[in-house]
Amino acid sequence: MGELSRIWRESEHRYRLMGNRCGNCNQVFFPIRDVCPHCHRESIGKMKPVELSGRGEIVSFTIVHDTPPSFVRQRPYALALIKLDEGPVLTGQIVDAENDSIEMGKRVRSVFRKIGEDGKSGIIQYGYKFVLE
Amino acid sequence: MLSENVFVIGAGETKYGELWEKSLRDLAVEAGLKAIENAGIYSRDVQILYGSNSLAGIINGQENIGSLIADFSGIASGNIPAVRIEASSASGGAAVREAYLAIKSGEYDVAVVGGVEKMTDIFGNEVLDMMSSLLDREWEAFFGATPAALAAISARKYMKDFNVKKEALAMMSVNDHANASLNPNSHFKNKITLDQALNATSVAEPLNLMDCSPVTDGASAIVLASERYLKKNKLNGMRILASAISQDYLALHSRNSIYTLDSTRIAADEAFKRSGLKREDMSFVELHDSYSIYGLMELEDLGFAKKGEADRLVEEDIKLGGRLPVNPSGGLKAKGNPLGATGVGQFVEAFLQLNGKADKRQIKDARYGLLQNMAGTGSTSVVHIVGGD
Repeated sequence: MGELSRIWRESEHRYRLMGNRCGNCNQVFFPIRDVCPHCHRESIGKMKPVELSGRGEIVSFTIVHDTPPSFVRQRPYALALIKLDEGPVLTGQIVDAENDSIEMGKRVRSVFRKIGEDGKSGIIQYGYKFVLE
Repeated sequence: MLSENVFVIGAGETKYGELWEKSLRDLAVEAGLKAIENAGIYSRDVQILYGSNSLAGIINGQENIGSLIADFSGIASGNIPAVRIEASSASGGAAVREAYLAIKSGEYDVAVVGGVEKMTDIFGNEVLDMMSSLLDREWEAFFGATPAALAAISARKYMKDFNVKKEALAMMSVNDHANASLNPNSHFKNKITLDQALNATSVAEPLNLMDCSPVTDGASAIVLASERYLKKNKLNGMRILASAISQDYLALHSRNSIYTLDSTRIAADEAFKRSGLKREDMSFVELHDSYSIYGLMELEDLGFAKKGEADRLVEEDIKLGGRLPVNPSGGLKAKGNPLGATGVGQFVEAFLQLNGKADKRQIKDARYGLLQNMAGTGSTSVVHIVGGD
């Protein structure tokens, strides 16, 4: 199953928020990059893993009503861009909150959650979501 | 020998809409043959074919689109090159640019670009999962992002930071529907009121159904030719004055700003520089307003308004009789958005407008048009300026 290895190979990043840092300019990236988009070849061999705190703030968000089939059971759900304290911005859901209580600029932290599943007998995918602090 | 100028000499397209009785190949062939006939040439005169398509691989299970179109257009026996250009929803603009470059290089004198998308072969919201392949699958779509959701995220912050009312977004859709009601090929023929645009079913807050382009089947095609071919065969055409393309990060969360489309801004600056024209020279613009918010952002990033101020244009200026008519075709919201065809369709509209053949939606004294085609949330933008003498 190609799907299995596709999910498995990202587990470290999705379970523990493993990003990396450019040893040349110190910028932190998530998801990891093999080459720094600012330092180019000067960064090669200098990209070092870094575990992110999962803490940050909401840049902007939406409440999604029209969803792909795999997310139908979760609708409506809050999806946000989160700027982590270490710098990277990432996309994730905000859970365990009334939709009315979500605001731009509010602080959040990451939690480990089920993201989806590949049918009834398929693999279950896990990763990060966010809760209000 | 370098060809100085490149012209569009023919254009054709299918009706856009939910075309249950037509297949991917039916659509592509219909548009292609119409364009060739419109150009007044024969299939045997075509030297290279560029197919433009975004999602046939996953929607229809069909790749190898270049060969498919060439074969069923009846030109396989001519053995001319036929390839597919893919740049997501900017495939059309990108394919026209490749044809433009091929002619400009002197390698070819006549090229056809055929854009096609057959989206209704998939039922229900499965197509939404496929459209989410325009995004970063592993780091956006995996977590529940859709194209509409990301446009909504941009819209919410844009509206707050610039104190822009939802009415401004809705007016883009009202304008698209008003123009589409005059276009016989458009997906939607109905006008909508501001009230209807503001109160439709929610898709991804703050965007509703009337802020979002529909799932559309359709195909558009154009014939491009070199100046020497035009002269030799005593043909007329619409000149491509500038062609520019630019790129940004794939994921919205990696960009410098979530409401500035750097790829559009850079491609537009390049296109204006190359054409030697000014913003105020444009008789009309065709925008890639897959979501209403993008219409406003694009007007700004193309240089027609300052950042956060495009709402000043939506009341009067963007109408057909206004200072800067926007989307005379009906735009992506109402003419429709058959991804791979969309950017080619903008050329079909420009060809009609600049030849004075746009009938009820004709812009008076149309001289120059700007066409902007974009991938996903802005990862690629293609800007063309057409027209002149």
